[in-house]
Amino acid sequence: MQVPLSWYLIVAAALFCIGLYGALSRRNAIGILMGVELMLNSVNINLLAFWRHIEVARGTLTGQVFAIIVITVAAAEAAVGLALIISAYRHRKTVDVEDMDLMKL
Amino acid sequence: MTEFFFNLTWLIPLFPLASFAIIVLWTNRNRLLSTWIAWIGIGLAWILGWAILFLAWGHSSELTPPTHGYPVPLYSIPTGTTELQLGFQVDTLTGLMLFMVPFVCLMIFIYSKGYMNYGRENVDPRYSRFFAYISLFACGMLGLVISDNFVTLLIFWEVMGLCSYLLIGFWFDKSYSDPKRITPKQAGLKAFLTTRIGDVIMLAGMLLLYSQVKTLTFREIFSEETLHHLATTYAFPGMPWATLCAILIFGGAVGKSAQFPLHVWLPDAMEGPTPVSALIHAATMVSAGVYLVARSFPLFVAVEGGVQLAVVAFIGAFTALFSSTIAVAQNDIKRVLAYSTVSQLGYMIAALGIGAYVAAVFHLITHAFFKALLFLGSGSVIHGVEHGHHETHHGSHGHEFDANDMMNMGGLLQRMPVTGWTFIIGALALTGIFPWAGFWSKDEILADAWNAFQHGGHFGVSSGWAFFVWLFLTLAAFLTAFYTGRQIFLTFAGTPRTEAARHAPESVPSMTWPLIILAGFATFLGLFGTPWANQFYQLIGQKAEVLGEHLPHGEFNPLVAGISTVVALSGWFIAWLIYGREPLTNPVDPLEKRLGRLYIWLKNKWYFDELYMNYIVHPSVRLAQACFAFDDKLVIDPLVDAFGRFGRWLSEWLKDAVDIPIVDGIVNGVGSVTAKFGEFMRATQTGKVQNYLLVAAVTVLLLLVLFVVRA
Repeated sequence: MQVPLSWYLIVAAALFCIGLYGALSRRNAIGILMGVELMLNSVNINLLAFWRHIEVARGTLTGQVFAIIVITVAAAEAAVGLALIISAYRHRKTVDVEDMDLMKL
Repeated sequence: MTEFFFNLTWLIPLFPLASFAIIVLWTNRNRLLSTWIAWIGIGLAWILGWAILFLAWGHSSELTPPTHGYPVPLYSIPTGTTELQLGFQVDTLTGLMLFMVPFVCLMIFIYSKGYMNYGRENVDPRYSRFFAYISLFACGMLGLVISDNFVTLLIFWEVMGLCSYLLIGFWFDKSYSDPKRITPKQAGLKAFLTTRIGDVIMLAGMLLLYSQVKTLTFREIFSEETLHHLATTYAFPGMPWATLCAILIFGGAVGKSAQFPLHVWLPDAMEGPTPVSALIHAATMVSAGVYLVARSFPLFVAVEGGVQLAVVAFIGAFTALFSSTIAVAQNDIKRVLAYSTVSQLGYMIAALGIGAYVAAVFHLITHAFFKALLFLGSGSVIHGVEHGHHETHHGSHGHEFDANDMMNMGGLLQRMPVTGWTFIIGALALTGIFPWAGFWSKDEILADAWNAFQHGGHFGVSSGWAFFVWLFLTLAAFLTAFYTGRQIFLTFAGTPRTEAARHAPESVPSMTWPLIILAGFATFLGLFGTPWANQFYQLIGQKAEVLGEHLPHGEFNPLVAGISTVVALSGWFIAWLIYGREPLTNPVDPLEKRLGRLYIWLKNKWYFDELYMNYIVHPSVRLAQACFAFDDKLVIDPLVDAFGRFGRWLSEWLKDAVDIPIVDGIVNGVGSVTAKFGEFMRATQTGKVQNYLLVAAVTVLLLLVLFVVRA
C-alpha cells in the first residue's frame, strides 16, 4: 500500500507553518534561522513527494537532485546566516532582532 | 578703354568710404596708419577722377550735360507701377567737379596732418577720427557729383550734411567763458538744423517732380519732352510744375550753399577745425548747392522768363552784397572768409539766375581752389599764433586768448613768409585782380550780366534784372576787395600787436606745401577760362542746348573788365588807406569810429541771429514746450495713468479670483497630499526584518486565496 500524496503534503505544510511561525515570532536571530531551515526542509519534502507521485518524472533523478541542491543551499545559507549573526553580536552585543533596526533611519 | 574707365566711376566714392571704414573699425589706435589710409583712399579717388576727366575732355562733344551723360546704372528699385533707376553718370560737368573735388580734398587731407599736430605733444586726441570723418565726407561729395539722379544725390547730400555736423562739432567739449559766443557743439546743431530746412524743401520739390514725371534720373527729366510737359502743365494757375519744382529744389541749394535767408549757419560753422572749413565750408559742400542748381539748370530755364530765375538771381545777388558788408566788420580771420564764401556763392547763384551757367561753374571751380587756399592759410596763421601763445604763456591760463582774432596778429609776413605770400596770392585771386583766377571767372559773370543788360538775356531774363545783378555784384566786388585788403593788412602787415604774434613760427611742410600747390592753381587756373580760349565753355557750354537755346558765351568786354578792375583796386586802396598806411598798434578798428552805428550793425551781422532767435527759434521752442505741457498733462499722462490703474485693478482681481484659490490651491494641494501619503507610508517602513517577512507571507497568502477563488 502506498502512502497517499496528501499525507506528505500535509506534513510538509505543517512543517512549513511551524517554520514560518518560528521565523516570524522568534526574537532570537538564531531561532529565526532555524525557522527558515524548517521551511526549506518542508519544501524538500514536497519536492520529493511530487517527484515520487508524478508519472512523467518517474525514471529520472530530478526530484532527488533538486532536494540535494536545496540542502546544499540551505547549508550555505545557514553558514552565511550564522556568520552574520556572530558578526552582529560582536558589534551589538545582542542577537535580538528587535534591536536590529538600523535599516530604518 | 574710355568706357572701361567710365564704368569704374562708381569706385570713386568707394575709396574714401573704404578708408573711413578701415580707420573706424581697425586702425583708430594707430595715427600714422590712419593718416596714410585716408591719403591713399583720396589719392586713388583723385587719380581715377582725373583719368575720367581727361577721357571725358577728349569726348566732350558727346558728353555734354544735360542729357548726354555716359550712364553707369547701378540699381533699379521697383515702385509699384514704375521703376526708380539709380546710378551714376559721366558727363563734362561731372568731369569738371571730379577735377576739383578730389584734388582739393587731397591737399586738405595732407594739410590736416600738420594742422592736427601729428607727432607733437599736443596732438589732437581724436586725430584718427578726424581723418575718418573727412574721408566719409569725401565719399559724400564725390558720390554727389557722379550721381545721375536726384535720389542718390540726396543721399550723398545728407551724408555730407552729417559729416558737416560731426566736423563742426569736432571739438564738442570746448566751451567759452563768454556765454554769448557759440560753442562748436551748438554750431554743429545750428548748421544741421538750418540746412535741414532747405533739405526738406528740396525733398518736397523732388517728390513733386517724381509725382509728375515718374522718374528722377537727370537724363530723363531734362529731355525736351519732359521739360515741355513740366512747363505746360500747371500746379495751380500761373505756376507751371517746372517753376514750382525749380523753386523748391532751389530751397535745398539755399540751405546748403548758405544763401540768404539760410546763411546763418556758415559763419558759425567756423567753430570746426580749419581744414574742415576749407574742405566743407569753402570748397566742396557749400558749392554742392550751386552744383545742384547748375545740374538742374534745364529745369530752371524750362519756363521762359519764369519767376524761378528771378528768385535765384535776386537771392544770389542780394546774398553776395549783403554778406560782403558783414565781412567788413568781422575781426575773426575765419569769419571774414566765411562771409566771403557766402558772398562768392551768391555770385555763382546770381550767375545761374541770369542764365550764365558756364560762368557759374567756372567760378565754382576757381573759387574752390583759392578759397581753400585762403582757409588753409588762415588755419596756418591761427596755428602759428596759437603756438606763439603757448611759447610765451607757459602754463598760464589767466585770460582766454583768441588766436582767431585779427586784432591779435599783425606783421606775420616776416614770421610766416610762405603762409603770408600764398595767402596774398589767394587774396588777389579772390578780389579779381588780373591775371589771377578770380579775375577771369568773376569777370565772366559780370560780363554775362552786362551783356544780358545790353542785349536782353537768354531764357527770358529781363535786362532790368540783369542790370540789378551786375550792379549788386560789382558793389560786392568792391567790398570784397576792401575786406580782403583789411584782412591782409591786419594780419600780415605792420608790426605784431601781441607777444603771441611776435613768436608765431612758420608751419610745418605738410601744411605749407598744399598752400604752395593751391596757390599755383589760384594763379593759373583762370587761364583755362579766358574769353579767348574758354575751355570751360568748350567743355560744358558749347554743345549744350537747353530748349534749343545756346548757353551764353562770356565775351570779353573791356568796359566791364575795366570797371571791375577799378572797383577792386579802389577797394584795396581804401583798405590800404585805413589799415595799411599807418599800421595799427592798438586793437581798435578805425572803421568803428568812421562808420559809427553802421559798424555795430554790421558787426552784429544785421542782427540776423537775434532775429531768428527771437522770432523763430524761441517761438518754436515755446510752442514745443506748450505742446509738451498739453500732451503731458492732458493727454499722455492721463492715458498712461489710466492704463496703469486699470492694469493694477485687473491684477488685483485676478489675484483674488484665480491666483489664490486655483493656482495656489493646486500647488499646495499637491504638496500636502504628497506629504500626507508620505506620513502614511512611513509607518510601513519599520526597519524590522520580521515585519517585512510577515508582509511577504500575508501577501503570498492573499495571492493564494485569489488564485483559489478564481480557479
